[in-house]
Amino acid sequence: MTDDIAARVDRLELPFDARGVDDYGVSKWHLTVLFRALSFLYRNYFNVRCSGIDHVPPRGRVMLVGNHSGGIALDAAMVIASCFLEMDPPRLAQAMADRFINRLPFASTWTSRCGQLTGLPEHAQRLLESDRLLLVFPEGARGTAKLWKDRLSLVAFGTGFMRLALRTRSPIVPFAFLGGGDAIPTVTNLYKAGKLLGLPYLPVTPWLLPLPLPVSLSVHYGEPVRLEGTGGEDDDTIQRHVAEVKERIAQLIERGRR
Amino acid sequence: MKVAIPGIAGLLARNVARRLLDAGHRVIGIDPRGWPGAPAEIELHAVDIRKRAAEDVFRRHRPDAVIHMATISALLADAEERYRINLGGTRAVFEHCANYGVRQLVFVGRHTYYGAGPDAPLYHTEAEPPQELGAYPELADLVAADLYAANALWRLPDLHTAVLRICYTLGPAGHGTLASFLSARLVPMVLGFDPLFQFLHEDDAADAIVAALSAKLRGVYNVAGPQPLPLSVIAHEARRRTLPLPEAVLALLVGRAGLPRLSRGALAHIKYPIVVDASLFRRETGFQHRFDELTTVHTFADAVPPGGRSSPVPALG
Repeated sequence: MTDDIAARVDRLELPFDARGVDDYGVSKWHLTVLFRALSFLYRNYFNVRCSGIDHVPPRGRVMLVGNHSGGIALDAAMVIASCFLEMDPPRLAQAMADRFINRLPFASTWTSRCGQLTGLPEHAQRLLESDRLLLVFPEGARGTAKLWKDRLSLVAFGTGFMRLALRTRSPIVPFAFLGGGDAIPTVTNLYKAGKLLGLPYLPVTPWLLPLPLPVSLSVHYGEPVRLEGTGGEDDDTIQRHVAEVKERIAQLIERGRR
Repeated sequence: MKVAIPGIAGLLARNVARRLLDAGHRVIGIDPRGWPGAPAEIELHAVDIRKRAAEDVFRRHRPDAVIHMATISALLADAEERYRINLGGTRAVFEHCANYGVRQLVFVGRHTYYGAGPDAPLYHTEAEPPQELGAYPELADLVAADLYAANALWRLPDLHTAVLRICYTLGPAGHGTLASFLSARLVPMVLGFDPLFQFLHEDDAADAIVAALSAKLRGVYNVAGPQPLPLSVIAHEARRRTLPLPEAVLALLVGRAGLPRLSRGALAHIKYPIVVDASLFRRETGFQHRFDELTTVHTFADAVPPGGRSSPVPALG
């Protein structure tokens, strides 16, 4: 298992230099440590089911777009793990980390070394132009703050991702992530306490801390959506495209529940 | 071509001057520090660029081009003196260029113009404004000089101006901000942070400046070479040990206990990266670095063993 992870990191098609660091500071050593931990969570703790991974192109720029599920970044971690563990050759999905993370010691270093750059439009565009696999949650922080009762719903989507996809001519692979709300059933969010800790909010579960239960999780990838455009379209056109992608994700959530 | 180089006594400027001589240009140096042992072909004027004697050099020699390297980043001078050199000197250079028919000017600025901070993007492009200036006021004069140089692009349309924002240099001379920071046995780091550092071999840096002149660049350009590396990797490759300390402790200890001196503002530069996108420069000059990132660190480490030289004052500027 351990050697398997190191071997998969070696097979990532990223421009690592002789010391195993790429031009964004992604480090093979850090990835190996990360994926050993994620692999345990993915295969043993949660037993994640994955369908439709063949829809994720093996190379070239791609935007993975899906729903948030669970009060902490469990969804992103398991989607990243699925692209690494289920794809052949493995791919590194690069999410856009919430800005507060880069201010925290250790979290700053680990997110950077694992390719999870701060969520800036410049980073998203550059990663796509470098033919990377970008992971986007258009619900943003509103999505991670969803309460248990809303776990299967989708909150409003931002539109920046759509303009970026059109501008960079990147296919969008929609996905649904299910079970995060059951693993971390948020009953309320403490915003003031979160601020004191430098976090946007602190999710509270029936057992207070946002420690996830070992429930079954699943991720379902849908067929790529390729839209024509320049990214300079008016808001109505962009909103229509966004609604189309949102609908595809809602369908994947429905299908995943059956 | 007749090329004047204010600030010729600096190590990078000397390398540029030698290359220009080799390429058959005539070189006129202006620097109050002088250059003992300079090649005989270089006409040296040990005068301050802001003084009347420097203007007379322009009046008498009428250079075709100027490479302005008379700015300082080290905190060797107090703030007022730094301001006089960096901004007053830059202003004088531009005025002399405008008054005495100079056709081309290369201003050698620094990539730290962009500033370091948690919300700053990796790979700054030339269109970005400087950020985090409030956190590092010691950089303000260099940023002001950069902006002043850039406004010559519309103010002095007959002067072909190139503003270079060049990343750190490193190499066997052991000279420069990054080299000074790495010169001690222990490299201080902020606990929990390990920023990328972007650097260029000192020979490549000199080649890049000459390339800017040869290509008659006009505009603002980032200049960089190989990919950046995390500070911990650079320290390891340079056979140094890192000393990660909580930020508050580090702020108290820098400059003491064998650690290099840093201003408070410079701590942001060892927490967060400053990395530039230099693709425009490469495209327009055809510049290619000869030394990759690891070779560059190794040439430095071989020439400057850990703790082998006394540490001058770096400003990460």
